[in-house]
Amino acid sequence: MLIYTIRRLLISIPTLLFIAFVIFMLLELAPGDPMAQMPLTIPPEVKEKMRLALGLGEPWWVRFPLWLKQFFIVEPQYWIDNAFGTNFADGAQRIISFQSRSPVFDVIAERMPQTLWVVGMSYVVGVLIALPIGIISAYRQYSVFDQAGTFVSMIGFSVPPFFSGVLLIVIFSVQLKWLPSIYDTTHVVTDWDSFVFQLRQMIMPVMVLALQTTAQVSRYMRASMLDNLGQDYVRTARAKGMSESVVVLKHVLRNSMIPVITVIALGIPSIFGGAIITEQIFKVNGLGQLLIIALQGSDIPMVMTITFLLAVLIVMMNLIADVLYGILDPRIRYD
Amino acid sequence: MPDGALPVLDVRDLKTVFKTRSGEVHAVNDVSFSLRPGELLGVVGESGSGKSVTMMSLLGLLPSPPAEVKRGQVMFEDKNLLDVDAETLRSVRGGKIGFVFQDPMTSLNPVFTVGVQIMEPLRKHMGMNKKQAAVRAQELLELVGIPDAKRRLGDYPHQFSGGMRQRVMIAIALACDPQVLIADEPTTALDVTIQAQILELMKDLRTKLGMAVIWITHDLGVIAGIADRVMVMYGGQVVEHAPVSTLFKDPQHPYTRALLKTIPTIQGDRAARLTVIEGQPPIIKAAPSACPFRNRCDVAFDRCASENPPRYDLGEGHDAACFFDARTGAPRDA
Repeated sequence: MLIYTIRRLLISIPTLLFIAFVIFMLLELAPGDPMAQMPLTIPPEVKEKMRLALGLGEPWWVRFPLWLKQFFIVEPQYWIDNAFGTNFADGAQRIISFQSRSPVFDVIAERMPQTLWVVGMSYVVGVLIALPIGIISAYRQYSVFDQAGTFVSMIGFSVPPFFSGVLLIVIFSVQLKWLPSIYDTTHVVTDWDSFVFQLRQMIMPVMVLALQTTAQVSRYMRASMLDNLGQDYVRTARAKGMSESVVVLKHVLRNSMIPVITVIALGIPSIFGGAIITEQIFKVNGLGQLLIIALQGSDIPMVMTITFLLAVLIVMMNLIADVLYGILDPRIRYD
Repeated sequence: MPDGALPVLDVRDLKTVFKTRSGEVHAVNDVSFSLRPGELLGVVGESGSGKSVTMMSLLGLLPSPPAEVKRGQVMFEDKNLLDVDAETLRSVRGGKIGFVFQDPMTSLNPVFTVGVQIMEPLRKHMGMNKKQAAVRAQELLELVGIPDAKRRLGDYPHQFSGGMRQRVMIAIALACDPQVLIADEPTTALDVTIQAQILELMKDLRTKLGMAVIWITHDLGVIAGIADRVMVMYGGQVVEHAPVSTLFKDPQHPYTRALLKTIPTIQGDRAARLTVIEGQPPIIKAAPSACPFRNRCDVAFDRCASENPPRYDLGEGHDAACFFDARTGAPRDA
């Protein structure tokens, strides 16, 4: 298993390099001008100089390796320097945002906590709600509970977050005035009251994202449980005199979790994608919002870096899903 | 019930139906039988004759819905298993009555080691702690003839062959020294040599442990080799029931006679075709009011279509549910 994991990690290096190249070339070929939002009063020759100053005068075969070097060598050096007080980077050029002129990674680090709070929390909440729903729906197939679960999943699947989010704001913020419609990023939790405020501002974005997760994961869980409930080994467990809770929550659940774990792991990157829209709606200034602003301003280094980080996340989650699969299912041998 | 000790298991008028969209299917119709301590009762019949459903009804192992045990009485240790609460029933299952299923490839849970699966009933029914259960599990694996038992407790089912898995299943069923072992076609999924090994093992264990066994099969050859008494089932009913030697020498029901003719022999004319019983077994959609075998029977007459024959006592523990008396060659008196 260890050898398999190492091999997979090594294989993922060329994969990621290829992805980086594709993203870079897509951005290169896409229309858009970082200077487009500059005031019209700036003369064209000055704009051209600014363009050259951003490094856009160089051809792609110079800029792409430079970005790779900055991403894989310079940025980690800065990180190590910060952590241990060393001086590996030696003032080398970091990846700089076109718009804010500050290092891309510093901006990402600023935005990360908000996104993790909202997205991470919504995913955890979504999965925690989905698993029991899936289990009970399968065990009591076609019951009222199962029908209700099916209905909620259908809503979760078919209603996009830009609709459900706005709907929640209209109901709970505008009409009932229970919850704030804007996420206050500067808010710091210091005592009970500020914690309650944090909870209140998180509820709606978390619920909007969790609804999607719940819809998906509960369906997978239900299908997987149904698959296993009819198996012969379940009858054997009952014939051994095991109680229903042992039969369902030990024998059936352990088998049913195998495919569901994969779905959960693979869903983590896609939830970041969903967060882009949700963050816009609730004014959470997280990574998603950062990406949108960067796209609008043709901030190529920022877009490139965030997109590539998402790609890394997807590749890693694939690897983690495969490794978990091997751990959970003794029949699978990777060596 | 002729001579002998009190039965360890006594089943009276058991009736089980399956509720389907196209109405009820009467899978088990008024089945009665009893099992004496230490004896081996063979149950034979075609697929769909209600053998397995009968046995699973005894312990409430059928999924409900669609199955429903309509009536009957299953006396075990002075209790009617059809009336007791769920917890009592669970203490009987796996504790006092062991079950071995047909397909060893799918009957074990793939994600737990066989050790865990054997220890489960031990800890539940015998109140053993982990250490005691592990010792007992090792003994059980040795008992069923699995070499290197201690190490193999940590193996997963997929690391065992089919025959070895069936041995594990038998070890699980025997774990808590049951008084009754119900074996539902335990050798059907195995090839012939492994089948012979498992049969030998079961014969051996029965003499060693002295438990009563119900052996479900559609292989009359197996029955002839190990059973004390035989019950022949057809269409969810018991059609003939006799001591094993009587059944083979003097079969009284036309279905039993037809079954015996289908056994292939290695003597005589090699070119002879295998004998078959023409027609299909019935799917019984209404409470039976006629003999279920009449359409395939060579001695059927008009009464068979209007009345379901009761089990006529033929003496010496032999009975058959047929209006036609094979001994006299004429219909019985109405």
